[in-house]
Amino acid sequence: MDIHEYQAKEILQRFGVPVPRGGLAYSPEQAAYRARELGGKAWVVKAQVHAGGRGAAGGVKLCRTVEEVHGFAAGLFGRQLVTRQTDAAGKGVYRLWIEGASDIAREMYLGFVLDRKSERIMIVASAHGGIEIEDLAETDPDSLRRMTIDPAVGLADYQARELAFSLGLRGGQIAQMVTILRACYRAYRDLDAMMVEINPLVITGAGDLLALDAKMSFDTNALFRRPDIAELRDRSQEDPRESAAGDYGLSYVGLSGDIGCIINGAGLAMATMDMIKLAGGEPANFLDIGGGASPERVVRAFRTVLSDPNVGVVLVNIFAGINRCDWVAEGVVQAYRELGLTLPVIVRLAGTNVAEGQAIINGSGLPLISADTLADAAALAVAARARLAA
Amino acid sequence: MAILITETTRVIVQGMSGRIGAFHAADMIRYGTNVVGGVTPGKGGEMLLDRPLFNTVREAVAATGAEASLVFVPPPFAADAIMEAADAGIRTAVCVTDGIPSQDMMKVKRFLKRYPESRKMRLIGPNCAGIISPGKGFMGIMPPHIYMPGRVGIVGRSGTLGYEAAAQMKTLGIGVSTSVGIGGDPVNGSSFRDILELFEADPDTDAVMLIGEIGGPQEAEAAVFARDAMTKPVVAYIAGLSAPKGRKMGHAGAIISAFGESAQEKVEILSAAGITIAPNPSAMGETMASVLRVRQAA
Repeated sequence: MDIHEYQAKEILQRFGVPVPRGGLAYSPEQAAYRARELGGKAWVVKAQVHAGGRGAAGGVKLCRTVEEVHGFAAGLFGRQLVTRQTDAAGKGVYRLWIEGASDIAREMYLGFVLDRKSERIMIVASAHGGIEIEDLAETDPDSLRRMTIDPAVGLADYQARELAFSLGLRGGQIAQMVTILRACYRAYRDLDAMMVEINPLVITGAGDLLALDAKMSFDTNALFRRPDIAELRDRSQEDPRESAAGDYGLSYVGLSGDIGCIINGAGLAMATMDMIKLAGGEPANFLDIGGGASPERVVRAFRTVLSDPNVGVVLVNIFAGINRCDWVAEGVVQAYRELGLTLPVIVRLAGTNVAEGQAIINGSGLPLISADTLADAAALAVAARARLAA
Repeated sequence: MAILITETTRVIVQGMSGRIGAFHAADMIRYGTNVVGGVTPGKGGEMLLDRPLFNTVREAVAATGAEASLVFVPPPFAADAIMEAADAGIRTAVCVTDGIPSQDMMKVKRFLKRYPESRKMRLIGPNCAGIISPGKGFMGIMPPHIYMPGRVGIVGRSGTLGYEAAAQMKTLGIGVSTSVGIGGDPVNGSSFRDILELFEADPDTDAVMLIGEIGGPQEAEAAVFARDAMTKPVVAYIAGLSAPKGRKMGHAGAIISAFGESAQEKVEILSAAGITIAPNPSAMGETMASVLRVRQAA
């Protein structure tokens, strides 16, 4: 789960990371008020969206008058910000963060991630920052420093010092960097984060370290024990179909094709999408109905898939272990009737109670298309789509 | 022989008195799995499915000689249950639970390292369908009838895609020695490489079907092991060729976040290591059949 920059800064500041003074605004008037309140001669106005690349997309601006702050804010509120990390629809801008402008001498990169190879928290740092880590890894891989943390010991001071020196820091900056590293590590560990990123971490004209930007992302599996973090969820930044599906225990990811998919199991769902693509079609979505799916959950899955106007064909592919083919078949029949479907629905059932499930499909009197194998199902779906287009 | 579980393996179920635990334990017993008891704190002394329940894993091991444990404990308590099994001397634990926090799993992995090799527990999962040696026994939630006994090992992240592979092979008359679900989480107990090592050493396994997916470095590690240390042929399929970068596809670990983690890149890495790639998920069985034919002819 992602949170906004200002929320990440508030959290990291609480753990001891120095951040610029700033204030949150929900309107252009409030943005102007915040600028006046902060004082100074220049402010940075930053759109709060769950995506990187905001600067290049016109979501961040250095303003030199309060009127300029007001004007820029007025142009941003309610807009969909499209960055290189969003899809074509972009992310809605409903909050702005206004910050006093900082005097920057040097930009560095600092990130904490879960390293799947060592299965530990890993620090990634570079003496060069301000650009995306992916670009940094490509253009300047030698500048990257990596360090893993033993979960039984935590981040040792010597590790933090080593990293600080290797980034070319001097004098009092070493102690500041050690404080920042320890703070980020504790925030990551104590709040069940999956990612902490400060990019750029700057050295100011006065020689002090300051977190100019901050990003945090959290382990959704741990939200049950982090109620304060769970509250930071911002549904305006999520795809409405995906978040609605999640509320019903369905795992849904919208894609750009026209063949709707209803599958059990993440691996089989991905494999079915691959098979559709190989057969010459394009999947409209990833959808895993999960284990022990009731007929009601199957109906909900149909509603979710059909809320995408591009969907012209639906493919149901179930290999039941902990699921039951008869329940899924009942759900398919119920959805077809309740939702008054007319579009082609291909159903492939296998595994637990498959005979009972087939009997329900075949006895329904509905024009459902049965398939025996995964390959048949994909071919039938693509053929049905082609007939519709013709 | 098979790996990890045979008809004699003494199995306990942690969380057996729960609704899901009891349902699947009954299924395992019907199949012939040697389930010797269950653990639910507070229910020690009671009987369930004609098996004794214990308060702690240590008591269960002392009373039954249990060697393996199936963990059906809810996410907030699952890591603790796994560590309890390791400390009580269980040799193989299979954890089905989906939704364990990553940092809990990091702790579990670190905890398992405190034991010497001779008494170190092997963990399979979490977030997996379990393990089955067809005709002998199983620990997990799979439909056992789709597996035919035979001499091909299966190892995969996804449960249902593993079923798909087993069903395709059964249609072609190819049976399974053991099928192992390693689970879809970013931090898991056993890797593809760990399971390949067991299959390579198993005299009853002739070839291995590896079913990977986007995300993580484990398929690449498996490729190196297969190239350098295996004599048995490996067939692989990687799910997610059509998955977009940076999006989580159902499994917590199924996300392309680094170089080498996309399905295309994994396919390249595996085939460069001499592993035969099933070109699509419908061809897993056929690809294995042709590899076995070549092996027989040789």
